[in-house]
Amino acid sequence: MASVNTKSGVVYDARGLVEPDPEPPMTAEIDGDSAVIDATDLTTRKINLELKRIVYDEGVNNVTIVNPGSKHSLGVGILKRCNITFEGSPGWYACGLIDGPEVQINGRVGWSLAENMMSGSVVVEGPAGSLTGAALRGGDLVIKGNVGARTGIDQKGGTIIALGSAGINTGFMMQRGRQIICGDVNDGLGDSMYDGVIYVGGKIASLGVDCVPGEMTEEDHEFINRKFEIYDLGTPPELQKFECGKVLHNYDALEPSERKLVL
Amino acid sequence: MCGIAGIIHRDGSADIGAELTAMLQSMKHRGPDSTGYAMYGQPDDLVVVRFMLAEPNAMGGFGMDERLERNRAEVEARLAKIGADLATIESESGGYAFRATVRYGGDLKPLADYLEDIDGCEVLSLGNSLEIVKDLGDAETVYEQYQLGSLKGTHGIGHVRMATESDVDLASAHPYWAYPFADVSVVHNGQLTNYHVWRRRLERMGHRFQSECDSEIIAVYLAQQLENGMPLETAMKHSLDDFDGVFTYLVATGNELGVAKDEMAAKPLVLMETDDLVVMASEEIAIRALMGREVESRDPFEREVLTWQV
Repeated sequence: MASVNTKSGVVYDARGLVEPDPEPPMTAEIDGDSAVIDATDLTTRKINLELKRIVYDEGVNNVTIVNPGSKHSLGVGILKRCNITFEGSPGWYACGLIDGPEVQINGRVGWSLAENMMSGSVVVEGPAGSLTGAALRGGDLVIKGNVGARTGIDQKGGTIIALGSAGINTGFMMQRGRQIICGDVNDGLGDSMYDGVIYVGGKIASLGVDCVPGEMTEEDHEFINRKFEIYDLGTPPELQKFECGKVLHNYDALEPSERKLVL
Repeated sequence: MCGIAGIIHRDGSADIGAELTAMLQSMKHRGPDSTGYAMYGQPDDLVVVRFMLAEPNAMGGFGMDERLERNRAEVEARLAKIGADLATIESESGGYAFRATVRYGGDLKPLADYLEDIDGCEVLSLGNSLEIVKDLGDAETVYEQYQLGSLKGTHGIGHVRMATESDVDLASAHPYWAYPFADVSVVHNGQLTNYHVWRRRLERMGHRFQSECDSEIIAVYLAQQLENGMPLETAMKHSLDDFDGVFTYLVATGNELGVAKDEMAAKPLVLMETDDLVVMASEEIAIRALMGREVESRDPFEREVLTWQV
């Protein structure tokens, strides 16, 4: 099936089940070190195959994807340094599992942006859905609008910057890394976090379990200013710092009965 | 995982059947089991009765044709008996689903009860403008089966279902009509964990349940609150505290459309709002399927209850 269009033009095969063994469509326009992929009539799988062909096989470093049409799982699994620009909005799971690319999204994104990203950067001009930067391991994630619920859930590194507000349970179970939320945050900020730091500019509805206010240091200011400068985000707002209170989780790996034996 | 969609035109009537189909078909990956629509046309003096006489899975069984014929005659007889003057009745989709219009000024509850007393009969919707159409298969299948292309309306809600808690059949398909309230319908994405508590409670109050599907509780719950004289938006706000579990649900009445999200924001919703059009769906791709271009949209946060008037 070469196209997503059926008789009424509304079918979208999100799971790629109708094309188990596809080839890259070879439709990108390559011009030196730049290429443009028009995603209008391509399925998720075809778009990603074409992107990989251009980045890996053709060695092109600047790829623009036009008309992404909110399709899911676009630009995933790129493990090479390159520049990827989306002209429009990808859907859910955009840029997951990437290691290296610098991504610019001129639109909005759905749920689970840059899940498990290792390194690189993703800049989103619009808002993002829930689970933004889930299990993020490294790199920078910049969202210029609001972010949904559970931003940076299980975050293990890297930085998430949101210029807008965030939903419930921001930084839920985060283990390392930093978040800068310039707007308000809803209930359960930093719930059950193990480690890491969350900076908040606006109102905080409530703190989650074992999330406590921290003291801003010179290093914090230097870090925030540096990130805002890199992404040209203007002057950072007045931020409050939150970190783990270290009383919820038991960092001692021994069971009580075992501990008795050791002692 | 299910997909829900809602649309409300604040500047008059549109091809609501085709619009919802485009949105629901683009979310087929969220639920291929059944598809349902609740559409609101121009209010009429006549009452529209949508009902079914058998599950599509049961069709073709021994003596089924005779039973359907007999039960259809029984429906007509009972309508006449209760004082509902039958204007039209037509069979849709394989002979088990029907659409009738009647002249009737009485209470809707006895009418619904009297019809549902017939073996296998379920009233899908009753009202002056509400049309609930639901069947197995994806949106395009149902669209063609019921010829929804000719349906015009100001607003509507739709649902694609991936059955998780109950059967793949017509009784468990959304939308649910808020029996016995004219023109109130609900679609839901999620799971309600205190379903049995609320079902027992509402059954004691005299409400009827047609399915084992947890989503039906929302329609019946809202119906109960409306009966108590509560405005729709207030009833929806109360539901956030009364229901446990995860949900995003849409509810529509003759002139209103509303959405409510649970306190964990566990189920998605994307919303696009302009002066004359409001569109919402589980995923932005559904809004794109309708608009065909980049749109400005937002995701409502947890515990948000929003309503719009036609």
